[in-house]
Amino acid sequence: MNLLSGAFGIHEKALQVRSQRMEVLARNIANADTPNYKAQDVDFKAMLQDVQRESLTATNDKHYAAIEEGPDNGMRYRVPYNSSFDGNTVEISVEQAQFGKAAGDYQATLQFLGNRIGGIRKALKGE
Amino acid sequence: MNTIDSVFGIAGTALNAQMIRMNTTASNLANATTVASSEKDAFRAKRPVFKALVQDEMTNAAFAQLGGVKVDHIVDDPTPIRSLYEPSNPSADKDGMVYLSNVNEMQEMVEMMAASRSYQNNVEVVNTAKQLMSRTLDLTKS
Repeated sequence: MNLLSGAFGIHEKALQVRSQRMEVLARNIANADTPNYKAQDVDFKAMLQDVQRESLTATNDKHYAAIEEGPDNGMRYRVPYNSSFDGNTVEISVEQAQFGKAAGDYQATLQFLGNRIGGIRKALKGE
Repeated sequence: MNTIDSVFGIAGTALNAQMIRMNTTASNLANATTVASSEKDAFRAKRPVFKALVQDEMTNAAFAQLGGVKVDHIVDDPTPIRSLYEPSNPSADKDGMVYLSNVNEMQEMVEMMAASRSYQNNVEVVNTAKQLMSRTLDLTKS
């Protein structure tokens, strides 16, 4: 029935997490000079599980309530290599490197999505 | 959800904050040689204090800026004021003393470099986000 419902697979969710990671890193870079700011990063696996989570629905009142794991949005505080005097844990070189990598990861996911879309297009045209 | 969008807002707040920092540095440098006739009136170097924009704080509705940065307040440098015996100076007080600013030019230069580098970092963030956004839009082509 729903031939195309799962066409993008995990990449759709992955793109969401990747763009969230870009935002977190942008936040770190923006606050590179803010006293007492603690740099954060994303635990990719935990965050992907979080966006994929679908809660169980009870269709009968005799169903037990599902035991759900506590929400884990995948945010983690970064452990700095060196502590700084003003309590800021952003290390700009680390952030830059991670930002570059995150941009690359985002483009990789885009590429996967693009390929899927190309495949579907091809199938629809039937050439 | 529109997370790539909010990258622009966040980096924008940082650009603004770093620009204010650059402006205070310019003001400090410009006033490095001002003299005053009392210690109270002497120019003191200004330093912006940054603060992260967290959940409950006022943000601009047009852009998601949560997690950005703002200038919370500006403090005076606590370094003591230098005084100089210069009776010929029109600003000299009755003892012939003038009070110079406590601006340290070297320190201001370093501050200016740091602000400019941080600004560049955030410009780079905006550039990267822009590229990724346009590539995402390109998915609809091909």
